[in-house]
Amino acid sequence: MKNASPCLTLLNLEARYGSHIVLKQITGSFQTGSLTAIVGPNGGGKSTLLKTLMKFVPLSHGSFLNTAVKTAYLPQRSQIDLEFPLTVEEVVSFGLWKEVGSVRAFKKNQREQICAALEAVGMLDHKKSHLQTLSGGQLQRVLFARLILQNSDLILLDEPFTGIDSKTTHDLMLIVKKWHAEHRTIIAVLHDLELVKRHFSETLLLSTKTIGWGPTKTVLTPESLHKIHVCSHSFTFA
Amino acid sequence: MLQMIYDFFLSPFHYLFLKRALIGCFTLSLGSAPVGIFLVLRRMSLMGDALSHAVLPGVAVGFLLAGLSLPMMSLGGLLAGLLVALLAGVVSRFTLLQEDASFAGFFLISLAFGVMIVSTKGSNVDLIHVLFGTILSVDALSLILIGAVTTFTLFAIAIIYRPFVLECFDPVFFKSVGGHGGIYHLLFLFLVVANLVVAFQALGTLMALGLMMIPAISARLWARGILTLCGTAFLISFLSGYFGLLVSYHGSFPSGPSIILIAGVFYVISILFGRYGSLRTHFFS
Repeated sequence: MKNASPCLTLLNLEARYGSHIVLKQITGSFQTGSLTAIVGPNGGGKSTLLKTLMKFVPLSHGSFLNTAVKTAYLPQRSQIDLEFPLTVEEVVSFGLWKEVGSVRAFKKNQREQICAALEAVGMLDHKKSHLQTLSGGQLQRVLFARLILQNSDLILLDEPFTGIDSKTTHDLMLIVKKWHAEHRTIIAVLHDLELVKRHFSETLLLSTKTIGWGPTKTVLTPESLHKIHVCSHSFTFA
Repeated sequence: MLQMIYDFFLSPFHYLFLKRALIGCFTLSLGSAPVGIFLVLRRMSLMGDALSHAVLPGVAVGFLLAGLSLPMMSLGGLLAGLLVALLAGVVSRFTLLQEDASFAGFFLISLAFGVMIVSTKGSNVDLIHVLFGTILSVDALSLILIGAVTTFTLFAIAIIYRPFVLECFDPVFFKSVGGHGGIYHLLFLFLVVANLVVAFQALGTLMALGLMMIPAISARLWARGILTLCGTAFLISFLSGYFGLLVSYHGSFPSGPSIILIAGVFYVISILFGRYGSLRTHFFS
């Protein structure tokens, strides 16, 4: 790797909901341009870790340093109102919101960028479709197009492929790989261990504490998986 | 036959008081349609209800100080509405209560307080006037006030449209790109209260919300884009005003309830026959 400086450094991170400790003693770093999967049992603090990195959840202890210029975040899908009266094009164009601002119209090259992003996720034909008419997989494609327009060097994805058909997962995984080739730092919370083994070079195994963090081969061993399996009965691999 | 249609539908509006009432309805509809649409989209329909009742003690204090003076009553209503909105916001932030619950508590107190103030000084007729409105007494000054609030509302929505829609649709994303939702929420609450306050003279504090909400809810069954939703809501709102005034004139009914009941007819029609998600599409397609 030509640039091995850390993009994100975590130092003794701790987060709580009330008195319940969700994350504890998380220390380590995500290298610039790395592709990391976060894996662990339900309630193991995976989503919370991404939320603390976005500063949506306050730290109760420790600190972290984010050197990325722009950070993009894709939350779990269920939080979006599918009945909202917007078209695919309108949703995707929000990815350029920072550049365009409140009142200015989109310039020609920005319109082209929007079309290119829709093309990349295979949704150009649905440009004028209303959100209500989309399937779950199509919605995720639209949200990925918005991520493309955000053009961020750090991308956090929270369960991007949960409940998504395999064709869509495959297509969107190609986009993740393209981002990786462009030397962006990517961190994704995932459930599908086969997918992690096939595509993600680094893995953070998380169950409140760090169980393992490093190359996927060395982290996802039968022993380490057995260890968290014992910790949590609710741990199921999709 | 033509003469009959003309006599029924148009000639009443030769009277100045009905002409003014119709212009008032038209202008009110322009501003309150988009505000109503955003209330629905933000899932704040019931919050609007709370706000409309919260306005009452302010109106009553204005009435107490200056009698039936529109500017004083409007100013009082505006202040009372904003005060309740802010109190409810603070309480929900620092206590266990959710925003809708804390709103409910404050607006009920507010309503009781308002009725008490009006009844200590005014006659029952005044109380009914404030609660149910008399659109037929809308004068030039009220029209100017309604026009000013509508103009401000439309300009404000045009300027904040993009971030505001984004904040409604996907607040997490909005926050992730560094947006501050609180500012838009406050400005929006201000728009809701201001539109309710100018509507209260025409429709009364109890009915003011009707012209904002019913057309907006009905429009959801006919349109799918935000702009077409606002247009549809405006159309329903204005037609309710027009037919409501006719019903009120010919049948000697109070104007506020007449207008809202006509809007209710549009609502029922929309539920039964609307283009999207109505009972018709549910059972026959």
